[in-house]
Amino acid sequence: MSQEILESQVTTDLTAGNQHFPPFEVTDTLIQEADERIAHYPISKLSAVLPLIHIVQHKHGYVSAEAITWIAEKLEVEPIKVESVVTFYPGFRQSAPGKFHIRVCRTLSCAMAGSYDLMNTLCELANIDKSSTTHESPIAVSPCGNYSVEFAECLASCGSAPVCLINDDFHEHVTCESAEALLSKYTPTSKPSTNS
Amino acid sequence: MSKITYLSGKEPHAREHRLIFKNIDRQGWDPTIETYMSDGGYDQLKKAIKMQPKEITDEVKKSGLRGRGGAGFPTGVKWGFIPPNNTKPVYLICNCDESEPGTFKDRYIVHQDPHQLIEGMIISAFAVGAHTAYIYMREEFPEAALIVEKAIEEARAKGFIGKNILGTDFDLEIWVHRGAAAYICGEETGLIESLEGKRPYPRIKPPYFPAALGLYMAPTIVNNVESLCHVKHIMEMGSEAYAKLGVDRNTGTRILCVSGDVKNPGYYEVEVGKITMGELLNEVCGGPKEGRSFKAVIPGGSSSKILRCDERFTIGRGDDAKEIGFYDIQMDFDTLAACGSMAGSGGVIVLDDSRKISWVLNNINHFYAHESCGQCTPCREGSTWMKKISDRIVGGTANPEDINTLEEVAYQIDGKTICAFGEASSWPVEAIIAKFRDELTAETSEKNKHLSKEQLQREMFLEQTNSAKTL
Repeated sequence: MSQEILESQVTTDLTAGNQHFPPFEVTDTLIQEADERIAHYPISKLSAVLPLIHIVQHKHGYVSAEAITWIAEKLEVEPIKVESVVTFYPGFRQSAPGKFHIRVCRTLSCAMAGSYDLMNTLCELANIDKSSTTHESPIAVSPCGNYSVEFAECLASCGSAPVCLINDDFHEHVTCESAEALLSKYTPTSKPSTNS
Repeated sequence: MSKITYLSGKEPHAREHRLIFKNIDRQGWDPTIETYMSDGGYDQLKKAIKMQPKEITDEVKKSGLRGRGGAGFPTGVKWGFIPPNNTKPVYLICNCDESEPGTFKDRYIVHQDPHQLIEGMIISAFAVGAHTAYIYMREEFPEAALIVEKAIEEARAKGFIGKNILGTDFDLEIWVHRGAAAYICGEETGLIESLEGKRPYPRIKPPYFPAALGLYMAPTIVNNVESLCHVKHIMEMGSEAYAKLGVDRNTGTRILCVSGDVKNPGYYEVEVGKITMGELLNEVCGGPKEGRSFKAVIPGGSSSKILRCDERFTIGRGDDAKEIGFYDIQMDFDTLAACGSMAGSGGVIVLDDSRKISWVLNNINHFYAHESCGQCTPCREGSTWMKKISDRIVGGTANPEDINTLEEVAYQIDGKTICAFGEASSWPVEAIIAKFRDELTAETSEKNKHLSKEQLQREMFLEQTNSAKTL
């Protein structure tokens, strides 16, 4: 039963970002990393659900239905339990972002410092059309798949607003003027830092 | 280590008193254990582990330390809530989900001085009898997660974590657990649910007070990063000397994070209550930006009630009652509470006269509508309704009656939810309406009352399409 619900609810849309991420596969490294994390929670394996999703998303860009099924088997729970977690947290994605995923803080102090304008500038520079984003699908990917943008809620650096995260790199005092120079550090050929 | 100097341009202000932030932006400082130990690091652990756990708890109680996460509850008292006849394992959780808008203190501790936190945690775990501790780190601190995990490994290699710590029979494991960008995980019971691998729906209290029924239904102490760091300093100074810092019932130092419309935003560690709002904004933060004047301040993270800069407050009771102005507010838990707001997490957001209050309100409403976990109906529905109404105000399609509706919705959430998120989302609305009703009403129009449903829908749709384009 829950497998049917899972299949009907997990919608992974192919995006231009998919080309930059390897499809999900179970490797020895994955199993090893997962087992290491599970060992941190001797009372309940289910506690390792967030760490396991992080490992998968980090490598594959997003959490696919196959990944959810594998994590559920690994933790010996129904897939719906993993699914309910993936769909709750804004930090988990069900479709591929760009090679460089840019999260711009939109909360009060950053908004006051111009983060909405910054978002527009970044979209222009990266040729991203953000008009179709919604609460349920907040990420917009550039046609080339190199960049994607998303508004983040408070990144906890209000004193150096506006701020953004590009993959795992944190950037402070990012203005519309400095956006181009910042983006030029993340070219299609540069190696992504990591993408959590 | 030699005399402390700081990186150029990042020197502490003369009004600061640095304990927790002593090593932040310090010249020659790095997050390794060697650097930390060359500066007396882990000496307090060595001292504490020879004490009786109860003695440590008593010291923390006597120090008067109040939780730095938002509620300001006395830390030592919280520790004392573990049932005396408990036979289950005890857990310690460090809340590093720092996500209250306006707050940015824990970020610097976990990035630059992780061993201070770890030492504080080991001492605290020893005091409460925990053998497993988790650091719940927000997902948006990916670098910090690596730094802290490395620091834990370093501490393990030195014998401060693991089996038989420092040759005693005390064992402790500390693990980093990363969240996934949900504000509600900062609420302690939501955090615990998240750590159990579920959706972080907060638990109802009673009966689920974490100190009795927490992680895996065992006694659990959840403390903020800054609070746990203070424990180390209480050991170092002794509770008596520590309690002399700050003012009566508001002891120690705390980090005030100032952002928004001031010349010098940033983090400032001061003795609690030894600085007034006016001194903080004008002296320490350099006053308003050129040609501007202060309009209002959100004093303790975005969920605290806004204060107008031209307000006057009556504080104290009976013969002690006195009237003070906004700039005379002492920055401590009790004074801010007496002024109808709260010290919260120490995040001070400053608004100047260039800010439209409706825009500020709308930004805050969007945050809470996005972050409501959806468990309780008043909060799930209400936070979205509040967002929709403030969207209308900002979009110019609101009628004056909308302000009353907005206020009514806020009071229907306040006090009617399982966790304090209900208050967090409704207090800003209640306070902004109470204090800026005229400004909000001025942005509405009677003629919008006569907009037909279709017209209103069309206007809303156009507004949303436009804003979606510009957002």
